[in-house]
Amino acid sequence: MRTHTLVWREIFERKSQLFTSFLAILLGITVIVSIKNISFYSEKAVAREMDSLGANVLVLPKSTSLQEYYSADMHGEEIPEEYVARLAMSDLEGLDNLSPKLSMPVTLGGKRFTLTGILPKSEFQAKAAWQGAGIFSRPAGCGVIGTVPGADEPPDPKALVRKRVIETLESDEVLVGADVASSLGLREDQTLALSGKEFRVTALLPQTGTVDDSRVFAHLHTVQELYGKGPVINAIEVVGCCEQISKGLVQKINQLLPEAKVVTIMQIAEAQIKINQLMSRLGTIFLVIIVLVGGSGIANYMYANVFERRREIGTLMALGADSWFVLRIFLLKALLLGTVGGIGGYVLGTVMAVVLGPRLAGVTVLPMPLLALWAVAISAGLALAASYFPARRAARLDPCATFREI
Amino acid sequence: MLTMENVTKSYPHRGRIVTALAGATIDVGRGDFVAVVGPSGSGKSTLLLILGGMLSPSAGRVLLEGQSIYDLSADQRARLRKKKIGFVFQTFNLIPYLSALENVEVPLHLAGVAPRQQESRAAALLERVGLGDRLDHKPSELSVGQQQRVALARMLANDPAVILADEPTGNLDPETGQQVIGFFEECHREGRTVIMVTHDPRAAQRAKRTLRLSDGAILHEPDARGKLHVA
Repeated sequence: MRTHTLVWREIFERKSQLFTSFLAILLGITVIVSIKNISFYSEKAVAREMDSLGANVLVLPKSTSLQEYYSADMHGEEIPEEYVARLAMSDLEGLDNLSPKLSMPVTLGGKRFTLTGILPKSEFQAKAAWQGAGIFSRPAGCGVIGTVPGADEPPDPKALVRKRVIETLESDEVLVGADVASSLGLREDQTLALSGKEFRVTALLPQTGTVDDSRVFAHLHTVQELYGKGPVINAIEVVGCCEQISKGLVQKINQLLPEAKVVTIMQIAEAQIKINQLMSRLGTIFLVIIVLVGGSGIANYMYANVFERRREIGTLMALGADSWFVLRIFLLKALLLGTVGGIGGYVLGTVMAVVLGPRLAGVTVLPMPLLALWAVAISAGLALAASYFPARRAARLDPCATFREI
Repeated sequence: MLTMENVTKSYPHRGRIVTALAGATIDVGRGDFVAVVGPSGSGKSTLLLILGGMLSPSAGRVLLEGQSIYDLSADQRARLRKKKIGFVFQTFNLIPYLSALENVEVPLHLAGVAPRQQESRAAALLERVGLGDRLDHKPSELSVGQQQRVALARMLANDPAVILADEPTGNLDPETGQQVIGFFEECHREGRTVIMVTHDPRAAQRAKRTLRLSDGAILHEPDARGKLHVA
């Protein structure tokens, strides 16, 4: 005889009474696991989408509209370059990349193009004060998929097209957009004169179908010299971790830079984000439901169980069982109930998520073993908490009263 | 061995104070065999529960081997019962979902005996009461007499010095009842102290002493040989 034998035998003796409580906890955990599993992969899908877009937050001068920025990038308004330092030095989480830009019109071969000054990543790293500020480190819980520009890829100037940031760019180097290159017949390593300054073409950028194709990219500080207005920029393109954007990154940047306009292009993934928010809310609602309904169901069952077994408890006490032993047999029963409910709920919930995920959220869902621990912890914790007071009542029963009542 | 000093037990019931036991003083020596008799509601079971450390008296003291048991906490009294006292109930109080063997193993488990030793000792005890071939039977699969024998085997599991039996033959036919009383006599011969509440005069006659209770008071002891103080 072991304590768990006593508990196990009793469970099977009265399994029909246990069934309802078990079913409540099993279904509750099933739904929560399913929602959490689908949410995780749905958030991943958003993160992937946002990552593929490159920059997703823009810091612009107050009077500039987003349309103006996208149409020409030359709205004529400036913000101080110092804003980049403010962002870099801040403790904001979720800033994956900062890319300050200054654009000015240039004429090449009788055609007007845009010369855009960018700050290579090496410039950020060169500033000792900015190191460790965390702007290129992934914050905890950031759901962005893919790579941080330059962090684990060999430096490739062409990556600028997608990543919006390049590793190095010397003061006399330029990257040329596809339309500029084709209309002027430019090749790599060729020299180019822009506003009276000689530049070497480091790379020809691939076709993107955006305004970038009509741009020539040079070092920000070189463009600032040509622009002649000191250390100013037109915009800061920010690659923000989309999860942090959902948590109010834009508002936080706004607080940090009240004189600037901060906009996000989250609406591109709006539908998916809405599904995620719905899932998140549903998850919370179901958690509350399971705690209330499942918890009260278990507590109710346990109280009834204690009442039904009071004679047995009295007998055990007469045989020498102390209150801790009695408490333990009820809590062990709750633990078994919760653990089995948690494991069962995880298995059912995962199957449900894998089957329904593509239909509900349009994403492929895979099993998440970590959720098993979470499900068992929630389920067992709930069962134990709900059973504690009934178990304590059992442990405090007056043994002789239990005989007298029957 | 077991002493009650001026013990009173009263409790409120529908606005009135009911006295179940009134100033009882008894002294039961080691190895004694005492029958407690009296009409229903006279306080016999209350006396037994108080002696077993299961029911706190309203006044007075109960001493087991010189130790005042109600000066101990409830859990300490439970541990004392585990070591020194064996209970037998009129309705046997077997745990319905455990086999005969497992029922006898329960007090051994409570005493911290290893599972293998529990099993061999429980099997030997069931063999002793003639149920060696019913080890795996659940109480519902046993006759009433067999159930009481399982309860007797369970009572002896931890080799108690004191046996407290509450109407042990109350639910049995006369023949089985006599067998059970014979078993108590055997325990008595082994040197255990037996205190048995009974309605059955034939069972009471086989005890060494008889204690008569009426309305919570000890009336007299017809054949007293040991120390007994009438309340």
